[in-house]
Amino acid sequence: MPLGIQHLLGLHGVSENDIQLILDTADNFYEVLQREIKLVPTLRGKTVVNLFYENSTRTRLSFELAEKRLSASPLNFSASTSSVKKGETLKDTIRNIEAMKIDMVVVRHSSPGVPYFLTQCTDAIIINAGDGFHEHPTQALLDMMTIRRHFKKLAGLKVAIIGDVLHSRVARSNAWGMKTMGMDVTLCAPPTLMPQHTDSLGVTVTDNIFEAIEGADVIMLLRLQLERQTSGLFPSVREYRELYGVDLEKLVNVPDHTLIMHPGPINRGIELASNVADSERSVILDQVTNGVAVRMAALYLLGGGESGDEEHV
Amino acid sequence: MKKHELLMDSTALDRALTRITHQFLEKNPDLDNIGIVGMQTRGVFLARRITEKINAMEKTSFQTGVLDVTLYRDDYRTAFKQPKVQITDIPFNINKKELLLVDDVLYTGRTVRAALDALTDFGRPKSIQLAVLVDRGNREFPIRADFIGKKITTLKNQEVALHVNEIDKEDSLWLMQLEEEN
Repeated sequence: MPLGIQHLLGLHGVSENDIQLILDTADNFYEVLQREIKLVPTLRGKTVVNLFYENSTRTRLSFELAEKRLSASPLNFSASTSSVKKGETLKDTIRNIEAMKIDMVVVRHSSPGVPYFLTQCTDAIIINAGDGFHEHPTQALLDMMTIRRHFKKLAGLKVAIIGDVLHSRVARSNAWGMKTMGMDVTLCAPPTLMPQHTDSLGVTVTDNIFEAIEGADVIMLLRLQLERQTSGLFPSVREYRELYGVDLEKLVNVPDHTLIMHPGPINRGIELASNVADSERSVILDQVTNGVAVRMAALYLLGGGESGDEEHV
Repeated sequence: MKKHELLMDSTALDRALTRITHQFLEKNPDLDNIGIVGMQTRGVFLARRITEKINAMEKTSFQTGVLDVTLYRDDYRTAFKQPKVQITDIPFNINKKELLLVDDVLYTGRTVRAALDALTDFGRPKSIQLAVLVDRGNREFPIRADFIGKKITTLKNQEVALHVNEIDKEDSLWLMQLEEEN
């Protein structure tokens, strides 16, 4: 079954088959990561540019590692130390990089739509590593991979996504992807941190955390960006923690099988108490491991020849 | 693609595997140092049967390794068809082993070349010996099999298809003919 998409710009509109294929492939790449030699020669000779206009540790390292483990040649670009400072436009930057003969671009940018824009001005394959408040598809895929590896299925599971949904590309990508996979998604945030138009997402929306976590198989916390407080979106960190922070007390009636997830970096003691983040039910570090496998799968499936049936050789 | 000629029925197939098993054991009598690895997809079924035969004959409890060579193929950049990545699972240490690599069809030799690369990443076996159910010629690499079920001459517009009980509800080996376009 071939991948129906040419670029990975987001999970909105990506078919169930495509998501399934990426997750299946990622499961098999997971095995490669358990080997003594965690390296396969598949993408030898391919150059992948990691174009990061926004700070990132986890995602950039994870992509770079995925590229290296597939034997591709990563080329790292960070806006803070480049000609962007001299006023070069995005289009000129990508055209110049493309002129150096590259194959794929992994891009993170604070403006939504930048990955799509790049598909219009280069022939390279584009992977979105986060664009503004829009999407972060590989994060959602690694979240779904983690859930699927744990429960052996996705359809029918109930997920509560709690936190600053308004500013979260992780929440958006997850909501779209999880709905496609037949999951039951509840978004929970203070009204000021919830987007206005949630109808098109097809999810349940609440501002009551107990409603959100009741019967949930997965509780996913989002990072509270502390700078939002200054813009008046919530009164105080302490109040946020009291109402929306997950600690052992809030989890008293939650079943033992319920997982705790967080895309990182965690504000310990704010959206997630330390003793929950480090508890048995936390799969936060599995998410990081699976992230490398999912990115390997995306690079592999997007970067090859045209897809098709198995060839006999 | 249609069935052209039955190359082996289930009896012939089983006898060929029994013979390969005996030949392998005859050549590698030290049971402490052998390992069996089947290549995805159909080679795995054959490798499992050879493992079962050894375990039954020698009262041993060997496990079958499963190897997927998709990531080691040399046609990733040029192939119009992208094969699905499948699981690799070798549940034993291959270091210093006399390794039997099992596949259904030996043709160009490119899959075996990829398998040799892949196995090298898992360790350093003492030897790698190749068993195939059918050798259909037309090699593109200097590779040969140590144990062969049946040797046949084929044309490039033909294919050899192994049917196994586990998937196709019968064991048989077929020569398939590409249908002529009229």
